[in-house]
Amino acid sequence: MDLFEYQARDIFEKHGVPVLGGVVATTPDEARAGAEQLLGDTGGVVVVKAQVKVGGRGKAGGVKLARSVDDAAEKATEILGMDIKGHTVHRVMIAAGAKIAQEFYFSLLLDRAERRYLAMCSVEGGMEIEELAVERPEALARVAVDPRVGIDQAKADEIVAAAGFPEKTTPEIAAKVADVLQKLWLVYRDEDATLVEVNPLVLTEDGEIVALDGKVTLDENAGFRHAEHAELEDAAAADPLEARAKEKDLNYVKLDGEVGIIGNGAGLVMSTLDVVAYAGEKHGGVKPANFLDIGGGASAEVMAAGLDIILTDPQVKSVFVNVFGGITACDAVANGIVAALEILGDEASKPLVVRLDGNNVVEGRQILADAGHPLVTLADTMDGGADKAAELANA
Amino acid sequence: MAIFLTEASKVIVQGMTGSEGTKHTTRMLASGTSVVGGVNPRKAGTSVAFGDVDVPVFGSVSEAMSATGADVSVIFVPPAHTKGAVVEAIEAGIPLVVIITEGVPVADTAEFFALAQEKGVRLIGPNCPGLISPGKSNVGIIPADITGPGRVGLVSKSGTLTYQMMYELRDFGFSTAIGIGGDPIIGTTHIDALAAFEADPETEVIVMIGEIGGDAEERAAAYIAEHVTKPVVGYVAGFTAPEGKTMGHAGAIVSGSSGTAQAKKEALEAAGVKVGKTPSETAALARELLTQS
Repeated sequence: MDLFEYQARDIFEKHGVPVLGGVVATTPDEARAGAEQLLGDTGGVVVVKAQVKVGGRGKAGGVKLARSVDDAAEKATEILGMDIKGHTVHRVMIAAGAKIAQEFYFSLLLDRAERRYLAMCSVEGGMEIEELAVERPEALARVAVDPRVGIDQAKADEIVAAAGFPEKTTPEIAAKVADVLQKLWLVYRDEDATLVEVNPLVLTEDGEIVALDGKVTLDENAGFRHAEHAELEDAAAADPLEARAKEKDLNYVKLDGEVGIIGNGAGLVMSTLDVVAYAGEKHGGVKPANFLDIGGGASAEVMAAGLDIILTDPQVKSVFVNVFGGITACDAVANGIVAALEILGDEASKPLVVRLDGNNVVEGRQILADAGHPLVTLADTMDGGADKAAELANA
Repeated sequence: MAIFLTEASKVIVQGMTGSEGTKHTTRMLASGTSVVGGVNPRKAGTSVAFGDVDVPVFGSVSEAMSATGADVSVIFVPPAHTKGAVVEAIEAGIPLVVIITEGVPVADTAEFFALAQEKGVRLIGPNCPGLISPGKSNVGIIPADITGPGRVGLVSKSGTLTYQMMYELRDFGFSTAIGIGGDPIIGTTHIDALAAFEADPETEVIVMIGEIGGDAEERAAAYIAEHVTKPVVGYVAGFTAPEGKTMGHAGAIVSGSSGTAQAKKEALEAAGVKVGKTPSETAALARELLTQS
C-alpha cells in the first residue's frame, strides 16, 4: 500500500523522525485555516503540496509556495482537482516552510535481487535523483542492510560515510543525519514498510535535519499485525468496480476491453489475458476486459460475485472462464458456474466460454454439458477457449 | 536423479494437523511421498491416520529429525506463525524447507532467508506450490496426476500456470517441476534451479516460466548465457498486463529492468533461450528440442 505524503509525515512524526508541521486540506477554506495555523504570529511561508501517489508533483505544478493565508487558499484552488500523471488531486497538505541550507537524499527498500534491504543515500538530494543515479552513480551511495540488524549506529555511520557526508558537509552534520537514519529504520521495521524514501532530507539554516517529504510503501501481507493500517487505505482512488471486488476479496483489475476473464491463479490469469489478446487480433481487435483471479474459489458465491462484477462493465461482450484444477476440483467449479448463473438470472446476459482441465475434469465438463445453459460454450483447450470468447465478443 | 527431491527424501509436515496440512499430507502420501512425521508442539506423541498409514506427530522439528531421519520439511503454517516455524526448521538443521504459505510478511521472509543462508539451509518459497519429482517424491500441493517422470526440468514462479505447462508436455514427463513462488523475496530462484538442472543427469531440456515485475528473468538470462549448456525454453506471462506504478524513484533506480514481459523476453532471447508467446507455443518449442535429441 502506497501512502500519501501526509500519511508518511504522520508516521515519521510518530517514530521521532524530525518533520515540520503539516495540515491536510480538501478545500481552499481548509487550506486557509491550515495556513493560519502554521503561519501563526511569526508569518513566513507555507508550501501547498498536492497529495498524489506519484512522483513529479513539483514539475507538474503541484507544489507551490504561499506567503499568506489568502495566497494559500488561492494556491489550493489551483492545485485541487489538478490531474498529475493520471492522478486527480483530492487533497493538499499545507506544510510549514523551511529555510533550506542543503538537500540530501535517503531511501531504504527491498533489494529483491540480493534478497535483503538496500539503503541509498546522497548529499545531493532534491528533484533529480533518478538522473543522478545514471549520470553520476558515484554520488549515490548504495549500502546493503541485513534485515536482522537494520540500521543501527554502526550501519548509519557506514551509510553517511559512504555518501561522503563528513567531507562534503561536516562531521557534525553527518552525525545528525546518522541519527535520523536510525529513526527512519524504525519506521521501516515497525510499520512493515517495503519502501521509505525521503527526498529531500534537508539541513535547515538553523542546522537541523528535517524530512521535508516522505514516500512510504507498506507491506499488505503484514496487515494482520497492523490493525491501524486499514484506515490508511484510500477508498476514493479505486475504480468503483475494483473497490467492489476488493470488498469481496476478489483480485480484480479493470482493463479496457471486451472479453471478461476469470481464472484461478495469478500467473494463469495473466497468461490468459495474453492468449485472449492474441486471439483478439483475429477477431476485430477485441481485448481482455479485466484481470480476475479467483484463486481456489470454486464456490457459487465467488463465481457469482466475479461474474457480476465483470458483467457490470458495459464494454464486456463475452466472458472466458479458464480454470486448471490443481487442488480446486473442476466439478466444484462447474457447480459454481451453474449456480452462479442461476443467482444472476437475467443479469447473466453475455456468452460464457468455459475451459476446465485438471482435477475431476470429466465430471466438471459433464455437469456443464448436462446443465445446457444457452449462454455457456465448453472449450477443450485454453487456446480454443480464448479464440471462441474473442469471436463471440466480436459478433 | 531429479533436483532437490529424490525417492529417498523423508518429509515432515509442519502444520500437518491443521486443515491445509491434513488435506495435502493425504495427497502427498497418495502420490508416493515418504511422509515420516508431522510437527505440532501441542499434539506431540499422538499420530494421525491417513488411510492405512499412521503418521506420528512430534513436538518439534528437531525431535522429528532424530526419530525419523527426515531431511525435508514442508510448511503449511498460517502467515502469522510461518517465521517461527521456518526458523525452528533452520535451527534444527534440516537441509530443505519448502514453505507453501501465502501472505507471509516480506520482512519475515527477509529475516529467515538471511538465517537460512548463514546456516546453509535451502528454502523454497514462500507462497509456492512446492516441487515434484514425478515417480519419486512430491512435496507441496502440485497435483501428482498430471504427468510422470521424464527429461524436462521445469522452474516457474506460478502455481496453476505451472500445472498448465506440465499438462502441455505431459507426454514427455518431468525430472522435477519446481514452483519457486511469486513473493518479492524467495528462498530458491530461477538461477538456483537452473544450476541444479544443469548438473542433473536426468534433465535434458529446461523450461523456465517467468512473469512481469522485478528482474529475476533478466538475471537468469545472464546466468544461462554463462553457465547453462542444456537447451532452455522460456515463457513469460503478462504481455498484456498494465504496467505497475513505481512509488518514488528508489524502486526505479534499483531494478535492473523495466519489469515488462517484453524486456524479459528480449533478455532471454539474447541469451539463446527460445521464448514462446503462449503456454502452447512454449510447449511446442520444448517439444521440438525433445524430439530432436
